Amino acid sequence: MRSLLRVSAIMHKEFLQLSRDRLTFGMIVGIPLIQLLLFGYAINTDVRHLSAAYADEADSHLSRQFIADIGATQVVDLKQRVASAHELDALLDAGDISIGIYIPDDFDRRVLARDRQAAQLLVDGTDPIILGVAQQLTAVPLRFDSQIEPAQQQSLIELRNYYNPERRSAVNIVPGLVGVILTMTMVLFTAVAIVREKERGNLELLINTPVKTVELMLGKIFPYIFIGLIQLVIIFGLGRVFFEVPIRGDYGHILMAALLFIATNLALGLLISTSAKTQFQAMQMTFFFFLPSILLSGFMFPFDGMPPIAQSIAEVLPLTHFNRLIRGVVLRGADLFSMWSDLAALAAFFCIALTLAVARFQKRLD
Amino acid sequence: MEEFAITATGLTRRFGSLIAVNEVDLAIPKGQIYGFLGPNGSGKSTTIRMLCGLLRPSEGSASVLGLDTRRESERLKQKIGYMTQKFSLYEDLSVRENLQFVSEIYALKRAERRQRVEHLLEEFNLQKQTKQKAGTLSGGQKQRLALAAATLHRPSILFLDEPTSAVDPQNRRDFWETLFELAQHGTTILVSTHYMDEAARCHRLAILDQGVKVADGSPRELGEGMNSHVVEITAQDPDLARRCLADESDITSITQLGVRLRALLPKRVADPVDIITARLQQAQLTAQVEQVFPDLEDVFVAVTELRRRELAA
Repeated sequence: MRSLLRVSAIMHKEFLQLSRDRLTFGMIVGIPLIQLLLFGYAINTDVRHLSAAYADEADSHLSRQFIADIGATQVVDLKQRVASAHELDALLDAGDISIGIYIPDDFDRRVLARDRQAAQLLVDGTDPIILGVAQQLTAVPLRFDSQIEPAQQQSLIELRNYYNPERRSAVNIVPGLVGVILTMTMVLFTAVAIVREKERGNLELLINTPVKTVELMLGKIFPYIFIGLIQLVIIFGLGRVFFEVPIRGDYGHILMAALLFIATNLALGLLISTSAKTQFQAMQMTFFFFLPSILLSGFMFPFDGMPPIAQSIAEVLPLTHFNRLIRGVVLRGADLFSMWSDLAALAAFFCIALTLAVARFQKRLD
Repeated sequence: MEEFAITATGLTRRFGSLIAVNEVDLAIPKGQIYGFLGPNGSGKSTTIRMLCGLLRPSEGSASVLGLDTRRESERLKQKIGYMTQKFSLYEDLSVRENLQFVSEIYALKRAERRQRVEHLLEEFNLQKQTKQKAGTLSGGQKQRLALAAATLHRPSILFLDEPTSAVDPQNRRDFWETLFELAQHGTTILVSTHYMDEAARCHRLAILDQGVKVADGSPRELGEGMNSHVVEITAQDPDLARRCLADESDITSITQLGVRLRALLPKRVADPVDIITARLQQAQLTAQVEQVFPDLEDVFVAVTELRRRELAA
């Protein structure tokens, strides 16, 4: 009973302070809002309108038809025509174009004979995504009479796009952003929570009261769980409105996964808080944790593409597991408990982080 | 029932190579106001923090209300009140919210919580400020709020770490009135200060100097037990008189108070007044010279001066 009263006292105090701290309050709503709109519109792996130039040495009916076909894909913007392959090289070097299309003067003969490649795509391969897009261009059909559909050109393998038939990046980005935004805000809020009291001198009073460490930690965590849920609603709500991201799974399952993930991040923040001496240090540590979370968790790049070492690092980041859970439930309509290993990992992180935070926190000044 | 609220033996605290508190023994009776007098850095705060269980002693031990401060500090928390040197309540909460928070942290019963908060707001004259944020209060108001918070759960012992350092004289007087009331109701109060007049109000006090307890007792006992004579010289030109007495080897220190000088001479000097009178006559200075009862400042100067000489020797 007394414990409950003390936990609720700390919760109540945190809520009061939060409601008076406009900057933090702005962050709660502002960060999800801005990041969602920014990333939702900006991040796009389905690239179109790459700048391109072409050198058509054949200048035949067929080659002009071919260039027109490529232009019609909208993958490239054919900005200019140059005289030779050398000029294409120069444009690539200068960074003016990402793709150069070279058509040799015996283009027609090559197409007919089918003994050698008929045309060349010169691609700026420094960005693998552009290289992938250029690959699509090689599928542009080459034939003298475009009216006839040659049967043998049909591919032997059919590709079916599950869950995201329109290939919209936002479908992948928005659920991922939930995890990224929660990681950033939740860890940061609690990371500074105890350090701030230390800096302002409140902690010396607090540790001289009968409040127990666990009560203090729980009292600090609960208010932010509530805030995390507000952010969750904002992101999915806006994701629905602006990006038409479908929610195929069960709302209860989404809530459960989010609650566990929020609590884990808050506990991690508290752990940081017990190690940092100043709020600035706490923030630095948060970002040290935040960056690998973004890059390795599968939010940016597919998990399977990473080398084994990076994968094992990613496995100890809560965001990796949450990304699997939330994408599974939201996009594939999966059952949360079919991904029990990720759930268990999150629960384990929460327990470990909270236990360490409680153990590290001393109700003493030395 | 134990006679002493606080006892300590050989209490020592080191921070690296610095010895902040050096083998301090304490025996503080219940229901008294006990003072720690000493300059900044003399180990007052560190001693109080050790007694609260906030710092672990490097050596020695202390017992507060019969509880060992090292092992039983958690049980102690409910029984002691602590007012930190720096204001440590929440500046972004109102006066009432702060008190309510403290009442809940100490897990008082619902009815008692309400009653105590109302009572303290009235007693500490904070009724007009109940909705004001603590950060915007004046120094005196902050101090009253901090004392109200520290006494809210009716602790048997109150630790006050330089409670009046940011407060004007009128507020200081009122503050001490409150302390005496609390002591009358049986609260033991340990208060640290660097003001002589405050130390003089304590029932008993300890003088700390560089982590060492150099004297303790009631203000009167300290005066009587002092191993120096105090001679007061009222001269027309105190500055001249001071220079004239400067090279007298028997005088350990001279302090000027307006037109008066207070000189300390060791107890072994048989006739302190005569020595000084003779000196002044040699220099043809007219002055009124008389031996007086030492006040706390004399005691303080004498014991700290003595220790410095011992260390130098």
